[in-house]
Amino acid sequence: MTDVTTALAWLPDFIEPLLTWLPIWAQILVSSLLKIVLILVPVLLGVMYLTFAERKIIGYMQVRVGPNRVGPRGWLQPIADTLKFLTKEVILPTNANVYLFIIAPMLSLVPALAAWAVVPFLDGWVLADIDASLLYILALTSIGVYGILVAGWASNSKYAFLGAMRAGAQVVAYEIAMGFALVGVLMAAGSLNLREIVLHQSGGLFQWYWLPLFPLFVVYFISGVAETNRAPFDVAEGESEIVAGFHVEYSGIAFALFFLAEYANMILISTLTSLLFLGGWLSPFDGLDWLTELPVIGLLFGNGLHWLLIKISLFLLFFLWFRATFPRYRYDQIMRLGWKVFIPVTLVWILVMGFAMFYTPFGHWFH
Amino acid sequence: MAEIRNYTMNFGPQHPAAHGVLRLVLELDGEIIERADPHIGLLHRGTEKLAETKPYNQSIGYMDRLDYVSMMCSEHAYVRAVEKLLGIEAPERAQYIRTMFDEITRILNHLLWIGAHALDVGAMTMFLYAFREREDLMDAYEAVSGARLHATYYRVGGVMLDLPDSMPKYKPSKWHSEKDVRRMNQNREGDLLDFLEDFTNRFPGHVDDYETLLTDNRIWKQRLVDIGVVSPERAIELGFTGPMLRGSGVEWDLRRKQPYAAYDKMDFQIPVGVNGDSYDRYLVRMAEMRQSNEIIRQCIDWLRVNKGPVKVDNHKVTAPSRSDMKENMESMIHHFKLFTEGYCTPRGEVYSAVEAPKGEFGVYMISDGANKPYRVKLRAPGFAHLAALDEMSRGHMLADVVAIIGTQDIVFGEIDR
Repeated sequence: MTDVTTALAWLPDFIEPLLTWLPIWAQILVSSLLKIVLILVPVLLGVMYLTFAERKIIGYMQVRVGPNRVGPRGWLQPIADTLKFLTKEVILPTNANVYLFIIAPMLSLVPALAAWAVVPFLDGWVLADIDASLLYILALTSIGVYGILVAGWASNSKYAFLGAMRAGAQVVAYEIAMGFALVGVLMAAGSLNLREIVLHQSGGLFQWYWLPLFPLFVVYFISGVAETNRAPFDVAEGESEIVAGFHVEYSGIAFALFFLAEYANMILISTLTSLLFLGGWLSPFDGLDWLTELPVIGLLFGNGLHWLLIKISLFLLFFLWFRATFPRYRYDQIMRLGWKVFIPVTLVWILVMGFAMFYTPFGHWFH
Repeated sequence: MAEIRNYTMNFGPQHPAAHGVLRLVLELDGEIIERADPHIGLLHRGTEKLAETKPYNQSIGYMDRLDYVSMMCSEHAYVRAVEKLLGIEAPERAQYIRTMFDEITRILNHLLWIGAHALDVGAMTMFLYAFREREDLMDAYEAVSGARLHATYYRVGGVMLDLPDSMPKYKPSKWHSEKDVRRMNQNREGDLLDFLEDFTNRFPGHVDDYETLLTDNRIWKQRLVDIGVVSPERAIELGFTGPMLRGSGVEWDLRRKQPYAAYDKMDFQIPVGVNGDSYDRYLVRMAEMRQSNEIIRQCIDWLRVNKGPVKVDNHKVTAPSRSDMKENMESMIHHFKLFTEGYCTPRGEVYSAVEAPKGEFGVYMISDGANKPYRVKLRAPGFAHLAALDEMSRGHMLADVVAIIGTQDIVFGEIDR
């Protein structure tokens, strides 16, 4: 299993001498914890400022300015929001199942954060470089819906119950489409390991999987939007029909956890889409040696974390853009889109891929 | 087998899509509506009874508060009823001003409707776009009456004052620099008519924007097409009026069928729908906004060249001018009598109806010869529409009820009265 060198792999050099006095297992434990902190702190900060970015960007799309009162140009708004959530009372409805009611927000947040364990940020920069990381991701994103179901059930409210039912059906439908889209990636890369999938795409913009797997790319991202219950698929919240859906009875920090989970999932889906279809940290100019060998800007054009961040931001922008543009689907229309459009599209494309890879001379397009 | 019970859900009165204080008791089979039972009365203020206890002039303000998004149209129906009782006719300029403000009101109402309807269906950007344009029209309201919503601008025998010859302007502040203010005041340099003309030039472009966002949007169409279908025969039976009736394909518009004010001199078209579904009603209202814009433009052209009085000269009914009142004993007495006792009307009963943005808004009035009406009955279009909610939403899904409430353009001020 893991030894100390892999555990310390991408931590700064000065950490190692600080830990040598500890037993081996403790060294691994401490360095893993450090890595978790290194991953989760930026993720949670990202969530905080994603809420701010959302309000600002949608504000500008709607010809208004968005929050601009707390701190310079509103930059402290997320901190004010957090403080407000923390100081508010968590109301327990009289007939709610208290145990489930409290555990539900955690149940939805924990998988959203745990999934980051297998996400590679650079070659080797990953907490757990396991071979079945794709399966792990699929498993954890599916668990997230239990939080919603349990919340809707435990609240003992009709609105929340309807929201939970909708969320359950929706996630099941889109999970399948997402799974099939991943099968395409798996076939192309020949690996379930996210790091290897990314490395398989090296060689510049046109080697990334978005081109040969274009239908799967589109299906995967849209299913991702549906999976995170974001507009136009936000029927589980259904602002104008069932008010806030599954979290209608939640307040204070318990509500904030759902909120956090939703935004953490948005970032996760964006990251995964970047990794699977847009080559993760790979530069679009990969392969153009004259460009990457330029003195200073060459570093920018070369592979690096900044490319991953740019791609994630792009997808997050899409999330917000959708929300500002589209009306909400009706519940049965979402189902129809999932079952009758996305799943057949992915299935057909997998067949096309399989056929092309083994029986036609165009197989190399898909590798 | 276990007994299967329907799911009863209370929708409102505190619900983001209840458009005020609608309380719906929904009987659901899963998400399918088996029965929708609207409960009304939570905004009842007894307007009809109040109007019966006050001299005629003092009830005009109540009319604004009925349908609080189409204020001046309700005023129009009321002042026309009293004028009919008295047998007087407002001067022509007043008629044109009323026509213009009726159409401004129509646009105001339809803008709020499209914003709220789109928000109910989930497209929230529309709401803010619509409010951007409403702002200009509200400024026009404010310029003539001093109030942005409850104008009380129409008076028996005309309108309160002639159109102002200057628009209020923005002033530089901590938030707006000189340069910003110059840009914001660009269309406010002339009089109200110049300001409105600038608006009529811009507005078709804005409607194009709305249509780009919605008309061909697949989700928007999926949510509206074939939702809440009402056949033309059924629409007439249910007492539908306005866009709800025209959406079903019945060409009925009081502005054309029983012209009042200056509508007989206006050149405009009446859009009608084909299928009678929510999408057709959406298209009808969008087309109506464009037509209203044309009517406003025609009124502006007429009002520019034709000056004249804006209220009748009979000071038993309209207030004398301020300066007259200070110098002339008779005017002084007129003023005092008008604002205390009011005026008496001949015995009789009248019904006057206008094509309000939501449909036929009518005022039925019986006078026993006193200075206040013996009985007032208000005919609110929304009441008949809401009564059809059960029929329109039966068999649809929960989310469709919200779309149907949106397409009915419900406002509780007029339904509960």
